[in-house]
Amino acid sequence: MKSSLLNKVFDRAQGFLVPVALVALWQYLSSHAIVNPQILPTPMAVIAKWWEYLLPTEAFDADKSSYLAWMFSGEMPHDAYASLYRVVVGFLIGGILALPLGLLMGANDRVYKLFNPLIQIMRPIPPIAFIPLSILWFGLGNPPAIFLIVLGAFFPILMNTIAGVRHVDSIYIRAARSLGASQTTMFLRVMLPAATPYILTGARIGIGTAFIVVIVAEMIAVNNGLGYRILEAREFFWSDKIIAGMFTIGLLGLAIDSGMNRLNNYLLKWHRGIESK
Amino acid sequence: MISLPQLQISSVSKIFSTGEGEIVALKDINLDIQSGEFICLLGPSGCGKSTLLNAIAGFSAPTSGSITIEGKTVQKPGPDRGMVFQEYALFPWMTVEQNIAFGLKIKKLPKTQIKEMVDALLEMLNLRDFRERYPKDLSGGMRQRVAIARVLALDSPILLMDEPFGALDSLTRRNLQDELLRIWTAFKKTVIFVTHSIEESIYLADRIVVMTYRPGKIKKQISVSMLRQRDPSSVEFNELKKELSLLVMEEQLRHNQEQIKMTTGD
Repeated sequence: MKSSLLNKVFDRAQGFLVPVALVALWQYLSSHAIVNPQILPTPMAVIAKWWEYLLPTEAFDADKSSYLAWMFSGEMPHDAYASLYRVVVGFLIGGILALPLGLLMGANDRVYKLFNPLIQIMRPIPPIAFIPLSILWFGLGNPPAIFLIVLGAFFPILMNTIAGVRHVDSIYIRAARSLGASQTTMFLRVMLPAATPYILTGARIGIGTAFIVVIVAEMIAVNNGLGYRILEAREFFWSDKIIAGMFTIGLLGLAIDSGMNRLNNYLLKWHRGIESK
Repeated sequence: MISLPQLQISSVSKIFSTGEGEIVALKDINLDIQSGEFICLLGPSGCGKSTLLNAIAGFSAPTSGSITIEGKTVQKPGPDRGMVFQEYALFPWMTVEQNIAFGLKIKKLPKTQIKEMVDALLEMLNLRDFRERYPKDLSGGMRQRVAIARVLALDSPILLMDEPFGALDSLTRRNLQDELLRIWTAFKKTVIFVTHSIEESIYLADRIVVMTYRPGKIKKQISVSMLRQRDPSSVEFNELKKELSLLVMEEQLRHNQEQIKMTTGD
């Protein structure tokens, strides 16, 4: 029993080994001035900056705002909110467009043949390549950024939805037909749930792409958000803030991905190969 | 008194076109089935027994000939012919209860009535404790019970079963065979049961229809008059088994020779 507990502790600790070593090396390099601290600040400096970036800039004033609003009045919460807002709106619009089209294309050969050539031409163009056009069309601010995110989320969801519907095991269709299912029932209660594992994979890739695109879009088309903030920090040579911003981007990405993972596990609790906890 | 057959199969042929030419899967099948009969379609793989069942189910229309039920030609699948598949074909995203209720919801029955019927079926097939489970958490035998319950819920007069117990171990298999006979007696259903197991066909059927390997024709029909529950170790059972084995083996041999011909390219 004891040794198994020890094993567990060791197992957990293993994952920290490499990051701790890396941070130690980083600390060594920057504190011994082997690397210019202007270029690579110490880990402690980055943490201090991150904390400062997180905290409210003004003192709490009960007349002006509630405590909760004040807590989140710092620069970083604002930036994170702005970025997250764009990701969510863009992802939702992309998904709302891609899902029905994907279902139709997967289920109907004529619709597939109608749209497939266009999609095959559009799909290899990275959403980033749409930046110039999106600024020409939508100017600066949220519209071009969200447009790019929509593009980034749209294609992975579309392609996976099509594949999902096309891979529905014909045995389910035959069973449903012999049980008297109408076209609508077949679509909503058989094809759609049967395709969910694929659709959710698409959604996960889609939101990942959306997150990449939002950072790039913010560097070019808007003047707030996490992407904007780290580019701004470079102009002032604030390398500690750049790294602090990157760290925040990483945390937000991780949060989004684990949120998707939870949704996945919940919606696919019936699916083979998903561990139920 | 002779009643009109419930199911009439008249001069049914089915030809599949493949890249290498045409395969005559069924040739001139004539078969009358009375209401309440238990029919086994027996033959080696490739004899067209599943093709015939699929045609009765309405999944694929015969190339020529006709299939009528109560005088009406079969056009498409429908809940008057409940189908049980070897692969269970349960919807994995639905619980046991939801699977059984699927056909009832399509019929738009009131909720309380659906619940009553599902409860009764769960009870009858010993599935009470599994109502909230998903198919992935059930054994093969349990899954097939759910599939049978799902079809029974429709109250279809005809049950079509495509090697339903083929993937089960022999104990579970015997268990479900007995259960099926119990259900068949209680509900007076017509059962058309595809199998390649000679013993299974003798254990279950009122009438065994032996089919030939390509083209699929009816080789012989044998009525089984033994009283149920039939004893597989009895003399009568084994004599019938011997007779059927000879018939099926002839077809199996033709099947094997055909396979050799195909692989050597003669």
